[in-house]
Formats: sequence, structure tokens, C-alpha cells
Amino acid sequence: MAVCISVIAKENYPLYIRSVPTQSELKFHYTVHTSLDVVEEKISAAGKAMADQRELYLGLLYPTEDYKVYGYVTNSKVKFVIVVDSSNTSLRDNEIRSMFRKLHNSFTDVMCNPFYNPGDPVQSKAFDSMVSGMMVQVS
Amino acid sequence: MAGSQWELPPELCCRPMASVALTGLDVTYNAVHRAIWDAFSANRRADRVPISFKVLPGDHEYPKCRTKRTSYEWYIPKGILKTGWMNKHLNLVPALVVLFYELDWDDPQWKEKQSECATKVEIVRTSLQGRNTKVAVVLIQKKTPLPPGEDLVASERASSLCNSCDLSGKSLFVLPHTDHLVGYIIRLENAFYEHAQTYYYTEIRRVKSHKEFLNKTTHQLLFVRHQFKIAFFSELKQDTQNALKYYRTAYSLVHELRAHETNMLEIKTMAGFINYKICRLCFQHNTPLDAIAQFRKHIDLCKKKIGSAELAFEHTAWMSKQFQSFGELFDEAIKLGLTAIQTQNPGFYYQQAACYSQDRKLTAGGVCPAPDPLDTPTGALDFYGQRPWRQGHQSIDPPDPEKERTGILALQVKERDVPHSELIIALLSNAVAQFKKYKCPRMKSHLMVQMGEEYYHAQDYTKALKLLDYVMCDYRTERWWGLLTAILTTAVRCAYLMANVKDYMTYCLELLGRASTLKEEQKSRIQKNLFKVLKNEVPDPEPECDPRGASAGAALWKDRVSLSGSNQFSMEVQDYVPFIQCKARFLAPSFHVDQPIRLQVFLRADCPHPISFNKLSVSLSNPGYNQWCVVESSGQDNMCLSPGKTSCFSFNFVAKTQDVGKKVEITGVELMLGSGRWLFLSWRGAGGDAASAQEALQASRSSRPRGYGSEAWQEGDWNSLTIQHSTMIISRVPKISVQLSHQPPALNNEMYCITLTVQSQEEGVARDVRLTAGLKPGQDANLSLATHVTLDSTQVCDEGDPALLPDIPLGDLNPGHKVERCVYVRCVSTGPRVFLFHVAYSINTSVDGQDINCNCHKDETATIETVEPFEVSAKFVSTKFEPLDRVVVDIPFVLMTDLLSSSPWPLLLQSSCLQLDTMKTCTPQPQSQLQQADTSLNAVCSSLQVVLQTGECASECFCLQCPHSADVSAAVATGQYVISWRRRGKRGSIQAVYKLPSFGRVREPLPVRYHIENRTALVQEVEMAVRLHILPGAEQQMLYNYYPLMAGYQSLPQLNISLPRCPTANTHTLRRFLPQRIFVKPQGRQLDEASIAAA
Repeated sequence: MAVCISVIAKENYPLYIRSVPTQSELKFHYTVHTSLDVVEEKISAAGKAMADQRELYLGLLYPTEDYKVYGYVTNSKVKFVIVVDSSNTSLRDNEIRSMFRKLHNSFTDVMCNPFYNPGDPVQSKAFDSMVSGMMVQVS
Repeated sequence: MAGSQWELPPELCCRPMASVALTGLDVTYNAVHRAIWDAFSANRRADRVPISFKVLPGDHEYPKCRTKRTSYEWYIPKGILKTGWMNKHLNLVPALVVLFYELDWDDPQWKEKQSECATKVEIVRTSLQGRNTKVAVVLIQKKTPLPPGEDLVASERASSLCNSCDLSGKSLFVLPHTDHLVGYIIRLENAFYEHAQTYYYTEIRRVKSHKEFLNKTTHQLLFVRHQFKIAFFSELKQDTQNALKYYRTAYSLVHELRAHETNMLEIKTMAGFINYKICRLCFQHNTPLDAIAQFRKHIDLCKKKIGSAELAFEHTAWMSKQFQSFGELFDEAIKLGLTAIQTQNPGFYYQQAACYSQDRKLTAGGVCPAPDPLDTPTGALDFYGQRPWRQGHQSIDPPDPEKERTGILALQVKERDVPHSELIIALLSNAVAQFKKYKCPRMKSHLMVQMGEEYYHAQDYTKALKLLDYVMCDYRTERWWGLLTAILTTAVRCAYLMANVKDYMTYCLELLGRASTLKEEQKSRIQKNLFKVLKNEVPDPEPECDPRGASAGAALWKDRVSLSGSNQFSMEVQDYVPFIQCKARFLAPSFHVDQPIRLQVFLRADCPHPISFNKLSVSLSNPGYNQWCVVESSGQDNMCLSPGKTSCFSFNFVAKTQDVGKKVEITGVELMLGSGRWLFLSWRGAGGDAASAQEALQASRSSRPRGYGSEAWQEGDWNSLTIQHSTMIISRVPKISVQLSHQPPALNNEMYCITLTVQSQEEGVARDVRLTAGLKPGQDANLSLATHVTLDSTQVCDEGDPALLPDIPLGDLNPGHKVERCVYVRCVSTGPRVFLFHVAYSINTSVDGQDINCNCHKDETATIETVEPFEVSAKFVSTKFEPLDRVVVDIPFVLMTDLLSSSPWPLLLQSSCLQLDTMKTCTPQPQSQLQQADTSLNAVCSSLQVVLQTGECASECFCLQCPHSADVSAAVATGQYVISWRRRGKRGSIQAVYKLPSFGRVREPLPVRYHIENRTALVQEVEMAVRLHILPGAEQQMLYNYYPLMAGYQSLPQLNISLPRCPTANTHTLRRFLPQRIFVKPQGRQLDEASIAAA
């Protein structure tokens, strides 16, 4: 499962970042932030081709020694970034896709909340517990 | 550079080239030999065969060849690869030794020379004892050789030389020393290259032949060694495809070796070497993906092979080197034309190398014991990757545990002296350069943060701050507050340790701000430190500073405090997220000059403790107002900002009248803090900071109720408070009314009257009232040529009159009074026009007890359409009213004119006049519709009193006759038809119509009759010398008898009519329609009369 899940606003500031408590939170912040370079590049490349048929799932953004970073961009340019451990070989592309789909659905619910102001940090409990379910369980 | 233990040996990294030794050349003293050597060694470009040449003396000792082993049965290898092996085959053992010897075919001492040459060959052969190295002889000759087969002496002597030297014919060459030296040399070296190829081929065969003697249990190391050697020889042979194949086999064999703690380093070293070779060849073959895949495999296989825990730093150092050298290979390949991409570029490898170096520093710091003096084993190693104190040892357990322990200690001590930070920074800066190239700004920032942190650890705080400062703003603009806080925390430590007061305060300012993610207690600590700095005291050291550095920092601070230097710091906080937020606004986007301008400054502190300040000042674009916008603490009672509360400071001032129409802008807000050391926080413009724009945007999106815009803003939402940084000073609202009365549409060419009434509602006297009237500027340029404005109703205005009359003085206007003016407009083209009536005046008033003199003005505009009053058409008919298209000389015909009114107003046709050029009228008497006709000369005039309603038509007939003319059947000009007209009923109540003859005669009575008609439904009282009452619809006639005394144009006495009941109506309007002059003829001569009649 994931070691870090984050939601990034259209303007590239974080709306939500959650990482496993065992490792340095700061490191994941940096990982997610640097991955935005690739996300931006992919969006701009796809934007030129066909904006409508663009796939939301961006795939593996970049590999580091220890982690794999995957990206997903909604139509409103909100980005989801999931970091998984490189050693975790059980996660295939399909699993990652379904994680993103779940994340997207839950985020849509957050957006539908009339009291949520788009652009504010996500503080929904439902979203939080959904994310917890996708994170590596720390024993 | 330190850490050289981990550097790859140069003989591994170079491109292997066949080694050829040249002997018998005296390059120092013999010019011919020198030239030959230069031709071999200089200009070795890519198109020449890859050979490395060396000049050796003829009796050079080549490395001894050990006796060939016939059996490996009892042989136990001591290591994988000897350290000298690669160098030996690259540089020491040549593939071919070439003997240069000066000998011409027809040399007189041929026999002696031949045997000397044979001796020299023999010497070389002896020193190459046991090696397969080839020997070749080159004869340097002075004469150009004859073509082969022609010189019989030559071929005979060549074969005898071959025999005596025991050479094959292919190994004997002739080098004529002539003009074409380079050409001969190139042919020679190609031949040498073939010999070298053969040599390496046999070497490969030789190494391969050992294989059958090996067994898998004891000779595992040899399998690797042999494969490596074969691959290396293949490379020397320039057979890179096979070389790659053998290296790959070697690589898989090296991982089959039994690994344990004692040989782990050796295995990894060799694996690293072979991996390097494979990757290098893959890049060379332009298969970068293979290289990357191989490297990944390599790293995955070796990552876990840490070896001894005490020497864990060795593993990380080695890993770092693996990544670094791969990065360098990758970079090299890119320089040769490979294209990399954003997600796969050398930067990642440098970054990872840096990462391992950081780990290395951590592990080194962890295990380093106190320095233990040891006689570090010196001298070179026999085999790559072995321990100096137990070389060649291959068993699982170290032979001497005591020696092992001291050896490890020695290594650890050595590791302590490695300048880790230097290594890490170099790697990071390599990575930064790469990521910059591959469009990864965030990755670059991240690496720069790491570099800054590394400089901090290396205690180079200036460089650290420079880097951190550089990237901070990126994180700030991207609003990654967590990361910004982490960077600021490092930066504040640097600033503390350097005792850099200004930077220290800047970072504190932001760490206390709302963007900081620090915990409350940390913020509290920082704020206490900041207070100390503001009191010119020494702040407490930052936690996590190392104690030695902290005490040094504290000492620096003490110096700083005692130093009586400038203790004032001013800081532009606009681009940070400071803990005091400021927003200033004018209460309205515009103020009238007679109102006080109101300005509010809101301050809000986000820090955990209250903070007091000494002074708040606002500077405005007009510095004259600044004095009104300052608030200063008086003595003890400091002004205080409470955490989380908003304080509002209001300022009022009166605008200067000369600023009317100008903008007043807030150019800055300054807040002064401190006691003993002063800090001026200044905001450019009207406050706000790096984060406030986004917050305001979020607040505006929010569904929460908003509290801005109204003056009654109390303690609402800070974020929704908007900044109003400028206001317009506008002129005072005029308290006068301007009314226009007129009757549109205007008719083309008429004098259109617009009556303007200005009424004052001011409380004081409106002085110097001025009117500007006319066509509004900014319309079509042609309109201003086709429009004329005048105040004078007596004259029909012409081209000389302007389209706009500026600044007509109307005098002063007392309260409640009004003034009226008529403006006449003549439009000579149709279409709509916009007319502007601008009334300006000045008045004294007082604002906040200040007397000011304001200029006010009021504009009125009217859009007036101009239309054609009527259409005129004329046709010729016979006296029987049949249409004619030509007229016959002397036969009378009729000219019919039709006037079709298109005016919405009734038109009064006053007179019409046909001015004939050549024709004559045949009706000397006026027609029935003419009341009076003047038949003098060629004019037929009629004074009509016809009123035409819209759509009605008036027709006139003139009976004309065409006179004899020399030029019959030519077109004849008829003349001009002149119509005088005006709109009817425009003049209100009274209409004066005059009847006077068309001319007078001197000394003859001239009766002039004025008809005054009342067209209203009321009885009108008229004063014309006498007071009259005229009943509705009735007409009063006034007959005056004039007696002209002089001939020529004489002006008539003016008729003055006034209506006492209606003072607005005056004679001006009437005068337009009354004649002013009359022509008086000289005294009668009867002849005149007769001659005219005759004509």
C-alpha cells in the first residue's frame, strides 16, 4: 500500500498530505513537491495533443531508489500523488489505478460538500479515513 | 580529491587501444627520426586506427612472462584481478615491437648492416621471451623505392634480410624518407594494426585455452578473471561486441562467487569494474536503455551486500561512487549526442550518489571511535578490492582477528578525515546542473536546499544562507509552508551562528508568521528571542545547533551587542509572510474635495505573545498628506497588538484643491518596533504579503458572510478585508441646475435656438460662472466644420463662427437666482450631433474647519438631429402644362417649382425669388400667389405667406420666355431660385411682418407697414412706442412713413417691440426677420422706368 498520499491544488500548493508516521514527513513533502515537475511536464505535453481524451492517470512519474511516485490529474487540474515503497512489488499498475479512482471519488465527495471552499485544505473525516485505508498499516 | 580509494582506476576508464612499441628511433638527436615519430604521434584523430604508440629503446626490458602453468590442479587463486594487469597490457606489454633501422638496398656495407639489424631483432626477441608479441622491421631509406618487381637487388636483399632476422616477409617494411612521409606512415600503421589484431586474437585464444583445466570448486575466482581478461583483450582488439558479451558473462560469474565478510569488498569492487565496462560499452553502442537496465540490475544485486557493519560507510561510499560514475558515463554519452529526458537524466544518478554520500557521512559519524594511532599498512595492493593486512587471503574467517580489528579501526580513523560535505556538495551541484537542463525546477530547488544544509553542516553559513535564500521564495510562491518552515529553521540557525542580526530577524519574522508550521511553544521561544534582539540583547541559541558552534555564535552576538553601530534595520516585508499583517484602505474609491479623506490601517499579529510598537506611519503619493497619517506612542503607553486580534487605525485629512482630478495612492506603510534596536517593517503599497492575495481569493470564494466594503467593519474576517490602495479626489458636487430648452430636430441651415437656464441652489455666491457651449469635442471632425455656434441672433452665422464657444462669462450667481442664455446653432449638414453645455464656477466652502475654494462644474449634453426642411424640384411645361424637355426661342413656357416639406414643424415660406440669367419673364404682373413682385431686371420675386405642414407641397409657376441667342440649341441657364423660409410658430406669441417696397427713392415718401400678429390664444400686451393690446389671432398694423434723403443702402430705423408680461421674449428674435437696410434710388428719371418696361 501507499506510504504517502497527497492532493495538490491546481496552483500546486498542497491541499492534503498524509504519510506513514514511521518516516520523515518532510522527506515525503519534498518527494511530492519534486514530482510536480514531471506532472507539469506531462500535463503540458498531453495538453498539446488532445485535451478531451487525456487520461487522468499519469502513471509512474519517476523512480527513486526507495520509492515509486505515481501521479493523477483531475479535469480541474487537481493533482493526486501516491508514493509507494519500491520494494512493494505486489502493487501493479492496475492496483495503483484503482487507488487513484477511489481517491478521486472521495475527493469529489469532498468537493460536493457545500461548506467546503475549493482551494482550502481538505479536512474531511471521510476522506481521511478512506486515505488511511489505502496507507501502509503500521503495526 | 579525498576518497580516492573509491575512484575507479584510470586504466579501467580509458578506451583500450592496441599498444605498439617503436624502437630504434632517436627522437632527441635525429631529425629524421623525430619527424617519423611526430607523424605517428601527432593528429591522432578518429579516422586513424586506434593504436597507442610508444618509443622505447632497443634494449628495453619488457615485463617478464611467468612460466606457463601446465596444470591448475594445486593452484589456489589469491584474488580476482591483479591491480597491475590492465596497466600491463595497456602500456607495458606491446602487441607489436617495431624496429626502425636505416638501411638502403644499395648500401655499400650491406652485409655488416644486415647482421647488425639481425642482432637488434634478436635483442628485442630475447626481452620478449615467452610472449607472443610480434616483431617487425622498418627500413628507413633515403631513396624512393622502385615499383615492386623492378628492383631485383632489392627483392633479393629483402629476402636475405628476412632470413637473417627470422622474419616473415609481411613483417619487413620500407619507409622512404621523402616528401610523402605522412602517407607512408598511415599505410605503415594500418599494417601494424593488423599485426596487433592478430596478437590480441592469439592472446584471447590462449586465455580461453586455460578454461578446460579449471574446476568450479577451487577456481571460481579464475572464471571471473579469465572472462574479464578475454573481454579486455577483445576491447584492445576493438571487438566491442564480443567484449560486451564476455564482460556480461564475467558479471554474472562475479555474482556467483561465494560472498562473505572478508571478500565482500573484493567482489563489489570487481562487480563495479565490470559493470562500469558494460555500461560504457552499451552507451558506446548507442543502447542507453541496456546501460540503464544493467546499472539497475547491478544496484539491485549489490544494494544489500553491505558487508561488515563496522565498515558500513565503505558500502555507502562504494554505492555513491557507482551512481556517480554511471552519471558521468551518461553525461558523457549525452555530450556525444544522446538525448536524455526529464525522468531519465544523469541528474538522478548524481542525486542518488549525493544521497549515499550523506548516508556515508552519517554512518561514518556513527562508528568513528577515538583516534587510534596505527601503522596503517602501506604499499599497493596486489589484487583489487582486498584488505592491505591480509592480501591474497580467500578463506571465510580473517586469519588474525587482532589484526583485523586494528585494520578496521585504522579504516575508520581514515574515514573521519574524509571531507564528506565537500563530496556531497560537488555531487549535488552536478545534479543541480542536470536538473536545470531537464526542466525540473522543483527538483533543482530541493537539491539546492540539500546543498545549503550541507554547507550548514560544513559550517560555511554564508554559502548556506545564499542558497537557502535563493530557493525560499520558490517555496513561498508555491505555498508549500511545511517545506518553507523547514528551510527557515535551518536558515535561522545559520543566521544565529553568524550573528547576522538582520537575517536573524527576517527569518524569525517569517517563522512567527501564519505560514510557519512550527508548534506554538517553538514560536513562543522564537518570539522571546526576537524580543531580546529588539532590546539589543543576546538571543538564546537555536536548539539543534552543535554546542561548540553555539558558543561561538553567542560570542559573536556579544560583540555585536557591544558594538555601537547602526541599530536600525528596515525590512521590506511585502515578499515574506511576516507575523504582523497589514492592510490599508481608503474608505471609498473616490472622495469629493469638500469631504475629508478617510483612511484606515489594519494591523494583525499572528505571533503567540502581544507585541508593542512605537510608530505607525503611512506614506502617500503626495507627501504633503503624510503628516496626517502618523500615529506615535507617547512615552510609556506603547501601542500593542494582541495575538490574533485586528487593530484598526483611522486617519482623516483634507485634500488640497489642486489635487482635484488626481489620484492619491498609499505608497507604503511603515511600522517601527523595538527598544534599543529598532526594526522598521515596511510594506510597499497598501500592505499585504506573499500569501495575502491567495487568502483574499479564497475568502471571496467562500460562502461565509463578508464584512468588507462597509465602514462598520468591526472584527470580521481578516481575509475578506480588501485593500483599497488609492482614491480619486474629485471635484465638489455642483449645486446648480442647468436646463436646456429647444425644439428638436434642428433644420438644416436654420439658426437653431437653444435656451439654457442656470439656477443656483448653492448656499453661497457662485462666483465667476462661465459657460462653454457648442459641439461636444471628440466627434467626427467634419461635424465641427459643419456646425457654427453663436450668441448673436441678429446675424446668420457663417464659417467664421466656431463649433464651440468657450468660457462665456455669466457673472456671479447669488443663491437661488438664475440666469438664462440663448445659444444659436447653425448646422449645415444633416445627422445627429452632441452638444455640450458646461457651466463652471467657483465657490468658497469649509471642510473640517478648513476654508477651501472649490471649483465646480456641471455638464449637460443634448443630442440634436438635423434634418432637411424641404425638397425643391423644378420642371418645364408648355403653357398648356405639357411637359417639355426643350424650350423654343420666343415661345413662352412655364417653369413650375415644387416645394415638398419634410420638416416635422410647419414651415413658413417667406419669399421666393427666381433670379434669371438669360431668360425673360413674360408676366410683368405678379401671379396670384404673389403679393408683391419686383419686376425690375431679371428677377421674379414673390413674398409668400404660405405655411407648409409636414408632407405638404407648395408650387409656383413662372411664365418664361427664352430670348434670341446666337447659339441656338445650346443649353441655356435658367437662373437661381431663392427661397426665404423659417419655421413657423417658433417665435412664440408675437409675429411681426413688415411690408415695405423693394426700394425707395430720394425725396419720395417711403411707406413701411409692420403687421404685428398675435398668434397665441391670449390677449398680448405689446409695447412699441405705445402700449397696445392685441387680441388672439388679431393683427395690428403700424404704418411708418419714411422720407429717404440719401441714395444707396440705408439702414432702416429699428422696430422695438417688447412684451412686458413676458420678459424673456425680446426683440432679438424678431430682428432676425426684419429688414435692416433698404436701397434708395437716386431721384427719379422717367426714362428709367420706360427702359425697364421696354426690356
